[in-house]
Amino acid sequence: MFKKQGQTALAIVFIILGIMLALQFKTQQRITAGGLPSRRLEDVTARLRDVEMDRERLLDEVFDLRQKLSEVTHESGLIQALEDELKKVKIVAGLVEVKGPGIVITLDDSKRVAHPGEDPNAFLIHDDDVLKVINELAAAGAEAMSVNGQRLIATTEIRCAGPTISINNTRVAPPITIMAIGDPEALESGLKMRGGILETLAFWGIDVKIKREAEIIVPAYKGSLKFNWAKPTS
Amino acid sequence: MLIPLLGLVLGIVIGLRLPVYFPVTYARYISIGLLAAMDTAFGGMRASLEGRFDTLVFVSGFFSNTLLAAALTYIGDRLGVELYYAALFALGYRVFQNLGLIRYLLLKEVTGHSRKLERRKDNKEGNGPKYRISREVG
Repeated sequence: MFKKQGQTALAIVFIILGIMLALQFKTQQRITAGGLPSRRLEDVTARLRDVEMDRERLLDEVFDLRQKLSEVTHESGLIQALEDELKKVKIVAGLVEVKGPGIVITLDDSKRVAHPGEDPNAFLIHDDDVLKVINELAAAGAEAMSVNGQRLIATTEIRCAGPTISINNTRVAPPITIMAIGDPEALESGLKMRGGILETLAFWGIDVKIKREAEIIVPAYKGSLKFNWAKPTS
Repeated sequence: MLIPLLGLVLGIVIGLRLPVYFPVTYARYISIGLLAAMDTAFGGMRASLEGRFDTLVFVSGFFSNTLLAAALTYIGDRLGVELYYAALFALGYRVFQNLGLIRYLLLKEVTGHSRKLERRKDNKEGNGPKYRISREVG
């Protein structure tokens, strides 16, 4: 007969082994049924573990960033800086109404009657008269300007349009009111320079009135802001 | 010899009926643990046939070997060392060796052939185990 040592222990261990075998068999079957070749399973398992770890790490990061965001919002240091920057850019672009000290210039057609032989056109205000005034004001440090309520921005045109002047694609007719924010004294002396624009206009009898103001309001640009062609390079 | 076999069959039937699955993530470690368990179980059977069976050594070896094999493979994966294959070769080799010895011992019991004859026959086949150098189990 066979030697019969530890048959009970052997039986128990073999039962456990059988259970494990069957369970592993079922698990493996399920994995195979899932369409994964067992060779790839290792890779996929490793990937799964990595991805799960990544996910945990990213969740931590999300939590961290949320906290930082709320801190920033509360302290509003960054937001404040961005808002300040935005405000400045909007002034430059002419998208906000601005106020400040400056001068108001009113130009009107000459009241002088043209003598025979004189060109009556010379007694009217032309687009280049307005352009020259604007140019002079800009040179004198004007920070914001408007012509008859049209804010001057980077794309503003000042162009002859029949009996009127086209500014921001809007028709403007005399009397022309130019508002410029800047150092009033500098602006006015820029215009009144010897041999400057005012002398030329006065020669033709164009009616020019200059008024210094402690506070004037230059309106915002109201046109559309659509860029069909220009794209930022960065 | 029937009792372990019956146990194995009973275990397989229970396992197939249990509505339990191993987590897929750990299938790799469980498979190597299973191999270790098989190694120990067959080793115990062999020891029983050889007449030097120790219940405590066998049972403790069964569980610790299983868990250690799985744990070592897991650690190897974490360290980037493919201990999986090392365990696979080592344990697989031992399983086959144990099975061969069990066959040899059983044949001897049944036929009553002399050990010497049996050994020569096995060596001629080239796959037989060498009875003399059998190792401790567990």
